[in-house]
Amino acid sequence: MYAQMIKSEGGKSREEMSPEEAAFQDRIDAGETIEPQDWMPEGYRKTLIRQIGQHAHSEIVGQLPEGNWVTRAPTLERKAILLAKVQDEAGHGLYLYCAAETLGISRDDMTEQLLSGRMKYSSIFNYPTLSWADIGAVGWLVDGAAIMNQVPLQRTSYGPYSRAMIRICKEESFHQRQGFDIMMKMAKGTEAQRRMAQDALDRFWYPSLMMFGPSDAESVHSAQNMAWRIKINGNDELRQKFVDQTVPQAEFLGLKVPDEHLKWNEEKGGYDFSEPDWEEFFAVLKGAGPESAERMKARRDAWDDGQWVRDAMTAHAEKKSARREAAE
Amino acid sequence: MDPVGALALRMGDNALILGHRVSEWCGHAPVLEEDIALANIALDLIGQAQLWLGLAGEVDGRSADELAFLRDTWDFRCLLLVEQPNGDFGRTVMRQFLFDAWHVEMLRGMCGSSEPRVSEIAQKAVREVEYHLERSSAQVIALGDGTEESHARMQAALEWLWPWAGEALAADPVDVALAEAGIAPAVEDLRPGWEATLRAVLGEATLTIPESDFAHRGGKDGKRHSEALGHLLTQMQWLQRAYPGAEW
Repeated sequence: MYAQMIKSEGGKSREEMSPEEAAFQDRIDAGETIEPQDWMPEGYRKTLIRQIGQHAHSEIVGQLPEGNWVTRAPTLERKAILLAKVQDEAGHGLYLYCAAETLGISRDDMTEQLLSGRMKYSSIFNYPTLSWADIGAVGWLVDGAAIMNQVPLQRTSYGPYSRAMIRICKEESFHQRQGFDIMMKMAKGTEAQRRMAQDALDRFWYPSLMMFGPSDAESVHSAQNMAWRIKINGNDELRQKFVDQTVPQAEFLGLKVPDEHLKWNEEKGGYDFSEPDWEEFFAVLKGAGPESAERMKARRDAWDDGQWVRDAMTAHAEKKSARREAAE
Repeated sequence: MDPVGALALRMGDNALILGHRVSEWCGHAPVLEEDIALANIALDLIGQAQLWLGLAGEVDGRSADELAFLRDTWDFRCLLLVEQPNGDFGRTVMRQFLFDAWHVEMLRGMCGSSEPRVSEIAQKAVREVEYHLERSSAQVIALGDGTEESHARMQAALEWLWPWAGEALAADPVDVALAEAGIAPAVEDLRPGWEATLRAVLGEATLTIPESDFAHRGGKDGKRHSEALGHLLTQMQWLQRAYPGAEW
């Protein structure tokens, strides 16, 4: 999942809830699914728009760091796989925008909010992809972290979101395997390839840990979002799970996780590890990531340069239906 | 060169280079559905390039990847049209349409090739390319007919690309030998279908077909590619060239 720091609009205690709100919470507590035509608190609707919108935007902006290597992919097969992957991401964006539209916001409105900076996308896509190994690392680590979050969200309370997540998860696990496959080739390749692989892990390790968001203790909105079942697990819990899963994979590849404090903790049955630099995380969220300006410029240019195309398509469709009506 | 190898190289290079050009749009299209559709077309073309270059490689002992990533411009046999830069979205659409209109006729003709390896690939590719043509035709019509601005852009795109479009329809000795052997259709037999498609689609798009029949040559025989191809190869081949012998 690519939603971080989702500000919640709720936070009422049981006593403060109206009868409608209490009945809604009861449905969620009973594991029921909320559908678009059902009554829902305004806060639930707004929070979901924010979360699904952020996720959709992340898929769209996420095309860029990987698209950066489509024209330089080293073999025809790798090029085809990467293109198919980026295409899947555009498709995920499409399902998610559709899911958000069921909550009463248009895709154009969400796009406008992304381009004006009012809606965010995941911090991870503000980092550069500098070598072919980065394409492996993005699949292995970034998609790996995303899956960690998305699998539980298949059970989220909002029906259209849950169904989108089920489709997305199937494709993401395939992406992660492809990423790991690139890393294996690189890690077992020439000295230069091994250097690229280690460098990619060095640069993507902490930004991947940041994908889960700050510690739960600092996440003021987590509790309400969990009560609504639009967030299922805590940030720290998922981060721990990710580290525990990924460290043995890095060892298998013969790569070193860039954390001197990384150590197996027998007692908790997991690794102890260093926190990412949260100051960097907040700065990146505010737009100070190494590629932030470039990513936003690419999206704005695509939108502005495409205006005449969208206008023409609309004008043609209108003319066509007018002609059809005139003929009838 | 073996005629089957020569044909496979021409078809493979067209698919490879156009697929690459289309893939340059990745993440930058005017609307999300276009990002998805352009990726689809690029994927189809790269898949076709793998098949054709695989066949070309059977003949001269190199792999499809070696042919794609380790030849210099003068050994490429693609049409000049497909190597032309994307330009605005309108030019990309027009280039696709002009190519598809020829490609579909060529593949249909090759479905009945005397060479089974050629007809097998053609039969697979033609289904994809019929869809490409359907799509690029609909887009040329919509953008030609749409607004004053889109009409002007599409007319400009047509005029810009027109001198590059005719090479496909001008037979050279390789084309003649292939037709005589029954491996590929005769180039002159492709013209009526190509022209009919252009008249129908460009007419509905309210665009004017340029009167000149001047056509640049030098792509499919490799004698004089345009400058754009070298830049494309510089990017496409960079990793293979910078790290020779590595496996990816």
